[in-house]
Amino acid sequence: MAQKTKVSNAGKTEMLDAVESKSLKTDIPHFEMGDTVDVRCRIKEGDKERIQVFTGTVIARRGRGINETFTVRRIVANEGVERIFPLHSPNVIDIRPVRSGKSRRAKLYFLRERTGKAVRLAHRHGDHTVTE
Amino acid sequence: MAMLLGKKVGMTQVYDKTGELLPVTVIQAGPCAVIQVKTVDTDGYNAVQLGFDDVKPSRRKNPQIGHTRKADSVPKRFVKEIRFSNDAEPQYKAGDSITVSVFTEDEYVDVVGTNKGKGFAGVMKRHGFHGFPASHGTERKHRAPGSISSFASDAGHGGSPKKGKKMAGHMGNRRVTTKNHGLVAIDEEKNLLVVKGPVPGPAGGYVVVRSAKKA
Repeated sequence: MAQKTKVSNAGKTEMLDAVESKSLKTDIPHFEMGDTVDVRCRIKEGDKERIQVFTGTVIARRGRGINETFTVRRIVANEGVERIFPLHSPNVIDIRPVRSGKSRRAKLYFLRERTGKAVRLAHRHGDHTVTE
Repeated sequence: MAMLLGKKVGMTQVYDKTGELLPVTVIQAGPCAVIQVKTVDTDGYNAVQLGFDDVKPSRRKNPQIGHTRKADSVPKRFVKEIRFSNDAEPQYKAGDSITVSVFTEDEYVDVVGTNKGKGFAGVMKRHGFHGFPASHGTERKHRAPGSISSFASDAGHGGSPKKGKKMAGHMGNRRVTTKNHGLVAIDEEKNLLVVKGPVPGPAGGYVVVRSAKKA
């Protein structure tokens, strides 16, 4: 039998996924739109490293695979602050859902127009992301 | 020097150890069959002929089928030679199979491919000329090359345009080498090489991967 060096028929996407999957995290906790989360991320300042915690409401989650990101919004000194975190970045050390919020949409951009107490979302009962 | 034939799969991103997101190209490289070993005695120079990607024997002519059968192999779509210096006889023999493991010691690789064809392109796209202003009285000359020579263009008089003058013409679909790609990962199970940055050609195009000549 002649020796064959058949090129595998695995599709392009499968091969790319195989490479990409090695940088994906497997231990991402479940969190949903409107949840309040603590995000611990590594910050480099010159040659020093420290860990910063950013707490806020998850208002968007987009992308897939390695490009997946989520947006966290909080109010600091009466000014809305949003940070977009790459979900799979090693610099995002962990994500801790602390309070689940009730929401019926996939993107909570309407929160940007709200100020004061209106920013708060109703606490969700029943289907809990977070067990308190 | 390690060399392997392969196929560009496409581009994606991976995180490195420091948490930086790297743009990478995935290349399906090998396994390549050694079809023929050439030596100074037999051919006047040292080389190894590699083949990649099987093709149905019925689609090739008999001389090609016979050539690969000598190495107990089947005809290949992509065939190239690795040259060795005249005093270093290749360590391979016909019928061997070379896989991505030849790159385990390499930190950087060069990739040779055929870049995408762009058709007949003007000087702005082909050579990066700046063209002419969009307004201020410019008429019908916005992307023109300008003057290509003068009466005394070269030494002496009555000149014609210089040889090699950059003009419009066919662009792309040429052999291109990109050098010193960082070798990010090797997947020996799936025969994949992951190199940093873009490599020439479309996804699915054939490429030659070799150890970087100078890192």
